Amino acid sequence: MQKLPAGRKRSYVMYTLTGLKLKNPTILAAGVLGTTGASLCRVVREGGAGAVVTKSIGPAPKTGHPNPSMVKLDCGFLNAMGLPNPSYPAFFQELEFAKKNSDAPVIASIFGGNPSEFAEVAEGLLPAKPDAFELNVSCPHAEGYGAAIGSNPCIVEAVTAAVKDVVNVPVWVKLTPNVSDITSIGNAAESGGANAVVAINTVKGMAIDIESGYPILGNRSGGLSGKAVKPVAVKCIYDLYTALEIPVIGVGGVSSWEDAVEMMMAGAAAVQVGSAVYDRVDIFSEISTGIEAFLKRKGYSDIKKIIGLAHEMV
Amino acid sequence: MLPLNATITQIIEESPLIRTFFFDHEFEDMKPGQFVMVWVRGVDEVPMGLSGKNSITVQKIGEATSKLFELKEGDSFGLRGPFGKGFTLPAKGEKVLVIAGGVGAVPLLPYAEASCAAGAEANALLGARSSEYLLFEGRFEALGKVYISTDDGSKGVKGFAVDALKSLNVAAYDRIAVCGPERMMASVFSLLEERKVLEKAEFSLHRYFKCGIGVCGACCIDPSGLRVCKDGPVFSGVQLIGSELGKYSRDASGRRVKI
Repeated sequence: MQKLPAGRKRSYVMYTLTGLKLKNPTILAAGVLGTTGASLCRVVREGGAGAVVTKSIGPAPKTGHPNPSMVKLDCGFLNAMGLPNPSYPAFFQELEFAKKNSDAPVIASIFGGNPSEFAEVAEGLLPAKPDAFELNVSCPHAEGYGAAIGSNPCIVEAVTAAVKDVVNVPVWVKLTPNVSDITSIGNAAESGGANAVVAINTVKGMAIDIESGYPILGNRSGGLSGKAVKPVAVKCIYDLYTALEIPVIGVGGVSSWEDAVEMMMAGAAAVQVGSAVYDRVDIFSEISTGIEAFLKRKGYSDIKKIIGLAHEMV
Repeated sequence: MLPLNATITQIIEESPLIRTFFFDHEFEDMKPGQFVMVWVRGVDEVPMGLSGKNSITVQKIGEATSKLFELKEGDSFGLRGPFGKGFTLPAKGEKVLVIAGGVGAVPLLPYAEASCAAGAEANALLGARSSEYLLFEGRFEALGKVYISTDDGSKGVKGFAVDALKSLNVAAYDRIAVCGPERMMASVFSLLEERKVLEKAEFSLHRYFKCGIGVCGACCIDPSGLRVCKDGPVFSGVQLIGSELGKYSRDASGRRVKI
């Protein structure tokens, strides 16, 4: 039960995802090292990423939540950035720089408070020629944005359709796990015309400083990423793979090639890596080399052989 | 790493707007030039250079530092770190020049001290707006020669740090460490580039830090994409050739702002 179109010639880890040619299946996740064009290029050049997703860009400049905005825990990371971004007119030159100086696809992550704002941002960035758009309907800690939109299937469908109407490149929709049934949101994105879904954004979380009683994050609570969320992501991807026709891009707690393979076996057509850049920027090369060695060792002729494999093992 | 609870043990008034806060925790393996994230609870968390293993030296400049200045001995704040890359220590017998602009002397004091402890000679060039704003003058004097510039001429050369630097023989030094306001660092950078000594110079940059731990990318510099919080804050002169230093930085939203 392979989801990717058959008959495509490729060797091991090179492949095509929603029409984008990737040199490997590792993608920089949104919100990580994606504020500047130069940083995105560095993740491709030195990091070895197969593609990069920008910081989420909205209609107006936002400074985000006060610090602390990110802390490392034993089991992962907790963050509440608050969608800081320079607005699409100011980000245009960063996206242009990334496109001109990177040989890997650059995906623009965007957000808005309603379908028309999403469309406005997408249209505004389109002339900078992003290879695809990723719609952030899943940030767990920005009032009126992100998950406030992404937990309602009707709005997700409307937002997706509004962006699809104004762009001529693939549209991915990034989903929040903070809902009772992620597949209903995934179905809504698919109905709206999404070319892929990305799962998962961070899981709601909080930490408190026991010396003072203050919540540690400036926003008081935020989203959990890193190792702790990987099993949550694997289950969401597994369910979405069954429920949807379009590809599922996996994200959440991937920090090794083993994590990436596991996510692909759950149904991920590619994996995004975020928090793990904390340890090393070249984590992408390390993961893709590891996947390639695994495929060779196990005798898989092609990466698509492992995508969704767990569904067949009954 | 969650913020540790640092209790203030002593406060020293260094100059009208600058105070040193000693706390009850020693960062034993701290490298001069590294920074900590100082969490003034309920207000904000801001990066601060360590002036020693158990102290930060702070200029009152915004909301968080103003709140910090209201704290007394026995009060506490949150502390994470030390983070980032520090200055390169000299070898025994080498000569070091530190060039400080104002509060930029903070990370350079422990660097000069560590250099002397390593058997090197450490001289300092201190620039400030006037004599009362000179920071750590006595402590640098205890280590080696001190050259001074003040904007108003109240002490030393009248002018900027770079004006005093022009008369020094920079070629005689094995390592040059620079920290101060961006314009001051940019003018020092140009002079050192002219004198062809950039490869032995290091600069400590400041940019808006969001996460402070190398993940979010808010502090990346152009065109290298290096993160000031993790790949820096100390960069070699060579790393900064053709960079945004002295031209622009980015604000909390990521918009470019002219220096």
